[in-house]
Amino acid sequence: MAKINVDGKVFEVDPNNNLLQEILSQQVDLPYFCWHPAMGSVGSCRQCAIIEYANDEDQRGRQVMACMTVPREGARYSIEKAAGFRAQAIESIMINHPHDCPVCEEGGECHLQDMTVMSGHTYRRYDGMKKTHNNQYLGPFIGHEMNRCITCYRCVRYYNDYAGGTDFGPQASHDNTYFGRFQEGPLESEFSGNLAEVCPTGVFTDKVFSKHYSRKWDLQTSPSVCAACGVGCNINPGERYGTLRRVVNRFNDEVNGYFICDKGRFGTGYVNSSERITVCMSRDTHDGRPVQIEADTARAQLKAMAGSAIGIGSPRASLEANFALRELVGADNFHAGVSDAEFGLLNQVLDIYSNRPVNIANIRDIENSDCIVILGEDVTNTAARLALALRQSVRNLGKEMAAKLKFPNWQDAAIRQLAMDRKSPLYIVSPHSTRLDDVAKTVHIASAADAARIGFAIANALDNSAPAVSDLSVDEKTLVDQIVADLKAARQPLVVSGTSLLEPALLNAAANIATALANGESRCNLALAVPEANSLGLMMLMQGSGNTLGKALGSGSKQAIVLENDLYRRAPARAVDSFLGGLDKLAVLDTLQNRTGEAANLVLPAGTFAESSGTFVNYEGRAQYFYSTFPAKAPILSSAKWLTEGKKTEEILAEVAASLPGGAILNKLTPGADFNFAGMRAPRQHHRYSGRTAMRANISVHEPKQEQDEDGIMNYSMEGVPPLKDATVFSSPWAPGWNSNQSLFKFETKVGGPLKQASHGVRLLDNSGAANTWYDATVTKASGDGFSVFPVYHLFGSEELTSRSPAIGEKATAAYVALNPADADKLGLAASDGVQVQHNGAVPVLLRNSIQPGTVGIPVGLDGLNFQDMTANVSLEKARDWQSPKGWRAANIIVSDRSMKKGEAN
Amino acid sequence: MFTFEVGSLLSIAFVLGVVLVAAAMLIWVERRLLGFFNERLGPNRVGPFGLLQSLADVGKLITKEDWIPPFADKASFVIAPLIIPIVMLLSFAVIPFAPDVGVMDLNIGLLWIFAMAGLAAYSAMLGGLASNNKFALLGGLRAAGQMISYEVFMGISILGVVILGDSFNMREIVLAQEDGWFIIPQFFGFVVFLIAGLAETKRWPFDLPEGEAEIISGFNTEYSGMKFGLFFVGEYIGMLLLSMLLPVLFFGGWMAPFGLDIGPPIFSGLFWMSVKTGAFVVFFILVRAALARPRYDQLMSYGWLVMLPLSLLNLLITGAIVLSQGA
Amino acid sequence: MLSAIGKQVHVIWTQIVTLALVFSHMFRKKDTVEYPDVMPYMFPRWRGRIILTRDPDGEERCVACNLCAVACPVDCIALQKTEDENGRWYPEFFRINFSRCIMCGFCEEACPTHAIQLTPDFEMAEYVRQDMVWEKEHMLINGTGKYHDYNFYKVAGKSIGGKGKGEARNELPPVDRRSLLP
Repeated sequence: MAKINVDGKVFEVDPNNNLLQEILSQQVDLPYFCWHPAMGSVGSCRQCAIIEYANDEDQRGRQVMACMTVPREGARYSIEKAAGFRAQAIESIMINHPHDCPVCEEGGECHLQDMTVMSGHTYRRYDGMKKTHNNQYLGPFIGHEMNRCITCYRCVRYYNDYAGGTDFGPQASHDNTYFGRFQEGPLESEFSGNLAEVCPTGVFTDKVFSKHYSRKWDLQTSPSVCAACGVGCNINPGERYGTLRRVVNRFNDEVNGYFICDKGRFGTGYVNSSERITVCMSRDTHDGRPVQIEADTARAQLKAMAGSAIGIGSPRASLEANFALRELVGADNFHAGVSDAEFGLLNQVLDIYSNRPVNIANIRDIENSDCIVILGEDVTNTAARLALALRQSVRNLGKEMAAKLKFPNWQDAAIRQLAMDRKSPLYIVSPHSTRLDDVAKTVHIASAADAARIGFAIANALDNSAPAVSDLSVDEKTLVDQIVADLKAARQPLVVSGTSLLEPALLNAAANIATALANGESRCNLALAVPEANSLGLMMLMQGSGNTLGKALGSGSKQAIVLENDLYRRAPARAVDSFLGGLDKLAVLDTLQNRTGEAANLVLPAGTFAESSGTFVNYEGRAQYFYSTFPAKAPILSSAKWLTEGKKTEEILAEVAASLPGGAILNKLTPGADFNFAGMRAPRQHHRYSGRTAMRANISVHEPKQEQDEDGIMNYSMEGVPPLKDATVFSSPWAPGWNSNQSLFKFETKVGGPLKQASHGVRLLDNSGAANTWYDATVTKASGDGFSVFPVYHLFGSEELTSRSPAIGEKATAAYVALNPADADKLGLAASDGVQVQHNGAVPVLLRNSIQPGTVGIPVGLDGLNFQDMTANVSLEKARDWQSPKGWRAANIIVSDRSMKKGEAN
Repeated sequence: MFTFEVGSLLSIAFVLGVVLVAAAMLIWVERRLLGFFNERLGPNRVGPFGLLQSLADVGKLITKEDWIPPFADKASFVIAPLIIPIVMLLSFAVIPFAPDVGVMDLNIGLLWIFAMAGLAAYSAMLGGLASNNKFALLGGLRAAGQMISYEVFMGISILGVVILGDSFNMREIVLAQEDGWFIIPQFFGFVVFLIAGLAETKRWPFDLPEGEAEIISGFNTEYSGMKFGLFFVGEYIGMLLLSMLLPVLFFGGWMAPFGLDIGPPIFSGLFWMSVKTGAFVVFFILVRAALARPRYDQLMSYGWLVMLPLSLLNLLITGAIVLSQGA
Repeated sequence: MLSAIGKQVHVIWTQIVTLALVFSHMFRKKDTVEYPDVMPYMFPRWRGRIILTRDPDGEERCVACNLCAVACPVDCIALQKTEDENGRWYPEFFRINFSRCIMCGFCEEACPTHAIQLTPDFEMAEYVRQDMVWEKEHMLINGTGKYHDYNFYKVAGKSIGGKGKGEARNELPPVDRRSLLP
């Protein structure tokens, strides 16, 4: 630690960080634009100017940029003395800025506005002409308004350098500089949404939000958790006039840091969908006419089923809702609503996490890893935020090189220059090429089974007590040797795999590698991607019971309660049909209409994540509590409340804590229902929330009492202790003078560090006592005629709920079959043809070089093809009278071997 | 029964009628006069000169939504506003309006009035407590503190009068002023009584229990409709009572000044009594128009540090003089 | 001691002077104007009924920026932004609850486009409280109100129908991003 003196105040700062960051960590205001806590310094905006004095006698000092300065022990600095320079700098920055604030989506949460005010520039003295720029169409997610640009380069540094985008960049020269795509069109990166948060002004804005826009201060927000995949990124949804308006990132240094993916950001349109179930419906027979019933009647009918019905839980429903169903129907009758293959895999993930000496990797661990092996998982499409973290981890080599030269690691541009294209080793073994290929050292295309064999071989090579595999090919042996050498040299290795390929041996192999690398206290990082927001939470509630979905479907039960689940996405359609057909009474609790719901006798409207509170358990076994953003419109209720007759969510959570082994830690998840600070709870609304007495005046001029929330400690109003004080929950960042999301540093213990008040969530899995044991290296190779099938996931489209959001719909595609061109030739298929998949109808064909001959990729969850109906091997033939379906948009598919399909779509 | 004598039905009806009508008219009188003091016109629309304004106000208050907040304590919330008009009206029982006009001739008349005034404190206190509202509670506490404090000096201040009149009976006190009004020997008693009386009726400038600049409307924050109306009317009856007590105790009651009797004793008595009362009413309204409200701590310290010694001194001197005269 | 008593006497004396002074007001000429028998003169900048105005081209001036709503101390303005096919912002609905409005004029102060203006009309009483909730169609007039020349979109950089990039006041034509010429 170094002692520095800033304007007479003495601070203890960390000399490894730059001065700007350290000054901000001390909660002192210093304007800046180009510096970003996640992206380091480049010193281009000249806003954080500060005076550095040589010694105590020095009265003149010299002006330096704080973001490019190392804090010197005992040095004296002045922020005030450089105010004049900063005012000049901002004045020149503002010369071409348009008079747009009232019609700009950024207005009111604009870093440029804040910094202009902070620097004291209030009046435009220059009366010359303003530069203008034409805008580009950048796809359904991001709006472009180039006039507002202040050339801070943050967009390029984020989009290209941080997120690995290739279709975007700075163009033209000097003060004509233009930031955009080289050709007009949708941004290709799946992390493009973060541009709206990274851009300090309104050049890049959230287009989905703009369609039903509200100012930041008008949004009712709550701390929430993304329900779109198993990573569990923390988000901050905003509501106005009863509809969900937008989602922004909510900082959690252990889960998602400063960024989230586009699925999480733009995939919540389904909350406002016209397909929402909004009333309770009932009918006596399967094909009778459903009639609307009162909530109390529906509840009574549901309760009456309790004794005899089986329950089917859901990986996308909260821990509380699944627990409530388990309590209602009894643990023996409670079945996991995941496919049977997934059931086994998820149990295996729990087993590995709890009984193997591995370090379950959060994104911090991932970003710190310097040698990565990805076994089979297409991380970009199944757990996108991890892919972004993996992209950062390959930079560790550059940082090490810089450290040797005594470069501080915040010198972003310098380190990139130094490293050039030298990266930490990242190995991908996958049945098809993935988006991360460009940062990989080696991409090895292999089936899931082969990938598992490679994994076992690596483990064996690292530790010869691990089970060995025979018959590796020469290529595979070379690869194994290479990986083993890099893993051995690594400071912090990481193994990534997941459940998506439905191959149990893959998980075993990943576990064996991690176990082999464990060495006493130092453990290998292991990240296993899981499919849905609460997959692990559901499996924890199963507590080792063997109640699979298959067992439920074959149980011959006459009554069933299905919780937030479309069974047709979990099991073959025929099995589901016969199960539903055999039921006397089917109760469905769900948010959106779906095929299972259509067969129901009793439908209960369930609240989405935005309208209900609860807990999700993410891929690391981290339980995170999400608070409802706005009250559900009656009769919509959270599933947990339907199933428990209105128990408070926190009461149910306490029951879960009591029933799960090691679950007591769940009680630390929330401050407790009775928590208050000086008699006050925490507000969901900003203190500037407007229109309170007019927003519902058209219905009645008499204002009702504020809606009360019994789940958690937040109010549906602006009453309470704001997060800057001691609110203990953190929803939307705001600090005096800092209206934009850059105010975040005021809530962090230090810049980039954990938040002062928010919960990180709690880890439910404890493997501290695990010993080295091995999984058998048995790999069952699928055999049979026809093409062997592997599942392909899509960030946009594979997930059930988000795919029904309009913006995601635009980026998604209809189902297809991915084939090697050689196979296509054999079948006589051209790129624009359709292909008949056994008995499952015809879909377009997509030719991909990276796919091994003899295998086909079948997308999961896309319209037109049900992956659950596939057998391990399928026969393909050319479809006759082929016409491409409307939803077929090959350009939307996120892969890196896209050159093959260019010009061949449709 | 139907003749004018103390306690006759006619007398009682007369007193009740006069007091109620006068209290209602006071609302109009006060607003009109405040208007004049502020160079305005005041209410002049309802009826000739706006005379029916009070009637319109009552009509409005009665037809208004009679709201009881869900968080209030219902029973005491309803009882509180009833107390003040009742006890204030009961006080009038012992007021000698004129020879032979009055409700009863009680030999502890003055004590009766103090008893009633003591009860009046409950109205504001209960109202403030029952409302279950921070501001109402503050108002109720202020009212209780203020009324209890000032009742002490109020009582002591008129002991001089009692010594001089040698009785607690109001009529006898009036009659004892035959030879000279008590304002002369009891000037300081008068001053203390006047100020304490203002505080006791929560009139300006001592309306701190309502203090709308700080605590919305104090103890009656949550009240609306006729319940609020009762508090309101109670205050005016209180002002009327004070305006009648002052002449009775210090200005010779119904007796004419300088022997200016006009007509029969009852008529003359009523005339002079109303003139004196009216003068004090106007004075109280003028005080409201002119003087600023003190802080609560100023009010309390002024009471205990100035008024109490003053009234004790007054009592001491009066007693000493009376004793030295050997009466 | 004496000075303390003197001070008290002075205090009492000033109170008496105050009383006399206020009493003397009783006999002065009254300021009251007897509306509605006599109509008072309303100053042009009186803060009365709120209107929404149009720009000189006859388009709605309001761009739904929400600044009036946030400036409103009683939160009685609610609106929702929407935009036409050319990107011009305007309010989908604009509602003022006049039963809450205190006519402070903050909304007019906050308005960056001179859209919302207060007028000298003050006769807004209603028998039914619900009738005091006004929507955009009740407030939008066919004129510019107090400010005749201002047209926000002629100054702003955003392009709308009929005004492309670089066509606003004080703007250069759009930059050619493919040129490296100085």
